[in-house]
Amino acid sequence: MEADTNNDLITLLSTRFGSKISGVNEPYGLLTFETTKDVIIDVLRFLKEDEGTAFNFLTDITAVHYPERNHIAVVYHLHNMAARVRIRVKVFIHEQNPAIPTATVLWNSANWMERETYDFFGVKFEGHPDLRRILNMDELNVYPMLKQYPLEDPNRVDKKDEYFGR
Amino acid sequence: MFYDMSDINIVDAPPGIEGSGFFATSLDKVIGLARSHSLWPLPFATSCCGIEFMATMGSHYDFGRFGSERLSFSPRQADLLMVMGTIAKKMSPVLKQVYLQMAEPRWVMAVGACASSGGIFDTYSVLQGIDEIIPVDVYVPGCPPRPEAILDGFVKIQELVKNESGRRRNSEQYKQMLASYGID
Repeated sequence: MEADTNNDLITLLSTRFGSKISGVNEPYGLLTFETTKDVIIDVLRFLKEDEGTAFNFLTDITAVHYPERNHIAVVYHLHNMAARVRIRVKVFIHEQNPAIPTATVLWNSANWMERETYDFFGVKFEGHPDLRRILNMDELNVYPMLKQYPLEDPNRVDKKDEYFGR
Repeated sequence: MFYDMSDINIVDAPPGIEGSGFFATSLDKVIGLARSHSLWPLPFATSCCGIEFMATMGSHYDFGRFGSERLSFSPRQADLLMVMGTIAKKMSPVLKQVYLQMAEPRWVMAVGACASSGGIFDTYSVLQGIDEIIPVDVYVPGCPPRPEAILDGFVKIQELVKNESGRRRNSEQYKQMLASYGID
């Protein structure tokens, strides 16, 4: 069976994974759903390899920090190039222990995407072959996109209020 | 076609004592004069200020007029490090190594707001001015500075070179200044 619409896709996923698929939404027509970290690799493998879904291309992996909910959402963007369909998968994990299995078992391109997500959000991708910082300097001791850290550099001295008569 | 040679300007001799068949001045002044008109710059260009520098090197602004026709892309042979553009913190050890590879005497010019202070990039990933890691002689303001401003900064470097004492780089004060950057 080939999934023509977002509804068909959700039916396929729900048949296979049942209550592990939740939070289905379609902002701007982009099908989005949530799942859990224990089945995320199975879900991604199904989306990639099942004939009905065939999301062969991993567009991006990133994360969002929700400090008020104490959670980090890991976000996967997939693309079915043949059918020109895109899908977004979110997994909410706790910010105290942000660990999730690696997607490098499915896509080699996940390697650098997961390193970047680790670099900025501190998400530990379990089983990743080489999980270390990729963009920030190695000495950085924080994960700068977590919202408890200030965006501005504390060494900056020329923005003090006294210079502006405040 | 014949060119009138009187159009060509020659720098003035440094102050000294002149007489029949001799001219006496200090060695520092002679060396400073020669050095200041043959500085070999190393362009460390990372962004838009580097583009302005390319215009400065071009025929219209003609950086070669100041004796700096010859850029040195090896720090070993360079006299002047021109840092033009945003320096990310990840880049800072590279910049410091380039500075360390230069032989004394060496000068540093921070061109533009980013190299001088971090500029608009007040953020965790950007070095807030290269003077956090290496000493700077001249700062050129602007975002990016026009070629005229870069030339003005260069002329100020030339003045420093002309007036530097031959013993400055051996002085205790200079060594202490380098030590404050962790350079021995």
